[in-house]
Amino acid sequence: MAYTEEELKKELETKEYEYGFYTDIESDTFPKGLNEDIVVAISKKKEEPDWMTKWRLEAFRAWKQMEEPEWANVKYQKPDFQNISYYSAPNKKPKYDSLDEVDPELLDTFKKLGISVDEQKKLAGVAVDIVMDSVSVATTFKKTLAEKGIIFCSISEAIKEHPELVKKYLGTVVPQKDNFYAALNSAVFSDGSFCYIPKGVRCPMELSTYFRINQAGTGQFERTLVIAEEGSYVSYLEGCTAPMRDENQLHAAVVELIALDNAEIKYSTVQNWFPGNKEGKGGVYNFVTKRGLCEKHAKISWTQVETGSAVTWKYPSCILKGDYSIGEFYSIAVTNNFQQADTGTKMVHLGKNTKSTIISKGISAGQSQNSYRGLVQVNSRAENARNFSQCDSLLMGNRCGAHTFPYIEVKNKSAQIEHEATTSKIGEDQIFYCNQRGIDTEKAIALIVNGFSKEVLNKLPMEFAVEAQKLLEISLEGSVG
Amino acid sequence: MLEIKNLHASVDDKEILKGINLKVNAGEVHAIMGPNGSGKSTLAEVIAGQEEFEVGEGSILLEGEDLEELSPEERAHKGVFLSFQYPVEIPGVSVTNFMKTAINESRKAQGLEDMPANEMLKKIREKSEMLEIDRKFLSRSLNEGFSGGEKKRNEIFQMAMMEPKLAILDETDSGLDIDALRIVSNGVNKLRSKDNAIIVITHYQRLLEYIVPDFVHVLYNGKIVKSGTKELALELEEKGYDWLKEEAAV
Ligand SMILES: Nc1ncnc2c1ncn2[C@@H]1O[C@H](COP(=O)(O)OP(=O)(O)O)[C@@H](O)[C@H]1O
Ligand SMILES: [Mg+2]
Repeated sequence: MAYTEEELKKELETKEYEYGFYTDIESDTFPKGLNEDIVVAISKKKEEPDWMTKWRLEAFRAWKQMEEPEWANVKYQKPDFQNISYYSAPNKKPKYDSLDEVDPELLDTFKKLGISVDEQKKLAGVAVDIVMDSVSVATTFKKTLAEKGIIFCSISEAIKEHPELVKKYLGTVVPQKDNFYAALNSAVFSDGSFCYIPKGVRCPMELSTYFRINQAGTGQFERTLVIAEEGSYVSYLEGCTAPMRDENQLHAAVVELIALDNAEIKYSTVQNWFPGNKEGKGGVYNFVTKRGLCEKHAKISWTQVETGSAVTWKYPSCILKGDYSIGEFYSIAVTNNFQQADTGTKMVHLGKNTKSTIISKGISAGQSQNSYRGLVQVNSRAENARNFSQCDSLLMGNRCGAHTFPYIEVKNKSAQIEHEATTSKIGEDQIFYCNQRGIDTEKAIALIVNGFSKEVLNKLPMEFAVEAQKLLEISLEGSVG
Repeated sequence: MLEIKNLHASVDDKEILKGINLKVNAGEVHAIMGPNGSGKSTLAEVIAGQEEFEVGEGSILLEGEDLEELSPEERAHKGVFLSFQYPVEIPGVSVTNFMKTAINESRKAQGLEDMPANEMLKKIREKSEMLEIDRKFLSRSLNEGFSGGEKKRNEIFQMAMMEPKLAILDETDSGLDIDALRIVSNGVNKLRSKDNAIIVITHYQRLLEYIVPDFVHVLYNGKIVKSGTKELALELEEKGYDWLKEEAAV
């Protein structure tokens, strides 16, 4: 097999998106466009209380006054917000007692994804709340969780069943007016997940949600709220794939995490949305606001593996409000073909003796652009704040780009900030070495990329790490230079 | 085992190998010596299938099969192993993981299942003991931060794990201190059998005291200018290469 730069580049370009199919489930879709009536209709459709409808309208009015941000290092055709349908729910939406009752087409979709519900059930200790086109259609393991007082349900259900919790925390970490996409999400979010861990409880299993965009032309606006009461612990997994489409699909999610005193939240994401074809056509626009708030001695870790989307704009952040709180960000971002990613994190140190760690691994192939943008902010009252940041980039070929934009704002002299950055290239000599040991080029790339990403992969729960490795292989098959 | 006929190879239109003939039978050890830049590493890499080099005339046969159309990994699957003069680093990939992948890929090519974990572990234990390799070493990233000697010892560990038919050791002795040289040579000697063959590339006759060759060849300016038995190595040690250069010029 050949492995000169030119030949390898050619090979790389022939890799098509594996999950390019979509499920044909009848759905109940709103007409395209966005105005106050649509916002109210979404709220009505979901049988929400008045305060929620008002909350959405406030967000919508704020959004109308806002402009789409321009500063990220990505170029794309801005979505036409009037040409999107803001609500789409599978028609057959009774809650199932058993998975056997689930729409066979849906099960088939999962099979194609290699994550059939059957398989998931076997994954001991994983409760799966599947969000399919905005409305969750199956929830399992609920009982085990309920015994511990853990609430894990769709956000719509939480609004109805636990309004006091939702009202108390929704929008406290990401306010409605936080940014353009967060405001849009606040106005029109259709579903998402809600998780509440009571005081002192260690959640006995990984909580997992598979997101999936399924209707042509529907944007997906997920809203996730995770609350960890004092001294509790939860590990939350979010994974997604999207079917292949010609037109761009917009995704603007908001995730809010609240870790009260001594609580710990681990939030892991594997994101694999359609990145567009090799000409750069199609693909998902992913504009996400993810933020966590740490009270005293609390800890939040964001771990993410991003291989998908045409355009990604995403900065999971930690507000280290409480003294001795800890924020961590571990990220692998892969871009190929014409993908553009602008990701990173914000660590805001407010409390004393707060600590943050940032490990970012960027892998670029094809003609993609991969940017890391990180902000470490140390407030004047944050005595003895510490941050360690490490940003490594791995390049394949000569047409892709890796960019690092570390911003550091320190207002307290006692802060200790360290930043390290490296850029390397997969060498033909490394490939030949592997080949000589009987490892073909594709496998060799997977091996080298896995090695490069290891510090982050190690942070993922076991079953997710396996999936993540598979995704890295799929998205980089045949690429080196 | 290996038969090389009139092999020519070049890079960027510069001819490096200029008609090599070499026959190595099963059970034999051949040494290739020669001054720097004479083409020893190039020969080794061309046999292993490095496509950076353009093979012009000539052919390489392994057990009668022409290797020309085979990729480096296919050659490896057929039992060709190269201990590199300059082994590369692969950060984050442990020696163990690398070997596991290499062995299972070769097994896959032969239509075999993955090697069971306990068998793999047993083999790793056995071979690392033979080469006096600390187990902690095996969990380190491949060649990253290894000393020159550690890299070479690791190459021979890989050879022991892969059990090749034809092993080419390219300056395995450089970087090894005298104790390490003895350990590594003993390891290589244990791997010698009537079914495999070894080509040892070296500058120094020192290594050949431990790994005693059946034949010695001198490569100079892309050609084998002299072949003989192990006594030739001693002669070279004494007289250097200049007399051969003169002979070759005639
Ligand atoms: N990739 C390459 N590009 C250009 N010249 C090369 C390349 N590889 C080897 N050479 C040249 O080929 C000759 C033989 O090199 P090599 O095979 O490494 O010699 P040896 O191993 O005997 O010291 C040298 O002149 C070297 O500079
Ligand atoms: Mg050499």
